[in-house]
Amino acid sequence: MDIEKQILELKAKVDKLEKGTKDQISIVVFSGELDKLLAALIIATGATAMDTEVKLFFTFWATAALRDKKKKANGKNFMSKMFGMMLPKGSTKVKLSKMNMGGMGTAMLKSLMKKKNVASLDEMLKTAGQLGVEINICEMSMDLMGFKPEEMIDYPNLNYCGVGSYLADADESKVQLFI
Amino acid sequence: MEIKETLDCKGLSCPMPMMKLAKAIKGLGTGDILEMLGTDPGTKSDLPKWCEKTGNKIVEESEIEGGVFRYLIEKK
Repeated sequence: MDIEKQILELKAKVDKLEKGTKDQISIVVFSGELDKLLAALIIATGATAMDTEVKLFFTFWATAALRDKKKKANGKNFMSKMFGMMLPKGSTKVKLSKMNMGGMGTAMLKSLMKKKNVASLDEMLKTAGQLGVEINICEMSMDLMGFKPEEMIDYPNLNYCGVGSYLADADESKVQLFI
Repeated sequence: MEIKETLDCKGLSCPMPMMKLAKAIKGLGTGDILEMLGTDPGTKSDLPKWCEKTGNKIVEESEIEGGVFRYLIEKK
């Protein structure tokens, strides 16, 4: 009789634990360099193959990589225009964090990736979108750097949010990363 | 053992083989066998983990010539 009671108690505890954390991963994507963004996207798309839900929180330098090089936003002030010019315009323009060597290193890595059949950052983003990876962009980063929603990429699951949304997502994720 | 579908991942790098596999297995029914061919050495450690997580099962694993790995995976 006692054992039965204990089993029921254990079951209740397990149920609670299972509800506490979802099969979900939250990644803060902070860096705006090719190598780091690639790492984030490979983990994100890989996780979807493992049936894990993925939430990406793009902030600071990473935000620039989500701009669409073909889109333009009007009505920016001087500082915003400067930021817009100095930061890479989109995922095809980002550079390596090491061994960039004036762009030569980045070009070399890109050609190697092509040769070895590794998907480009641009392709990875498209795949991520198809697989239901959620991208949340930090509202404050957008504001600071003067980016506007109309110049960001077309992505099926893209939202703008604050740190509260990230924390709420992270709180129910089994895995959290900062890249 | 009847092979229901063959997935050719030769030449693909991480994480593509795993993603293709996840997609392909969704189209199969319980107990169906999927044959996967690949050259990415990462799959050797990745596939058992993937199976552990998703509940599918590797029923056969071998290395055929030319550095090609062959897996038979049974869908949960």
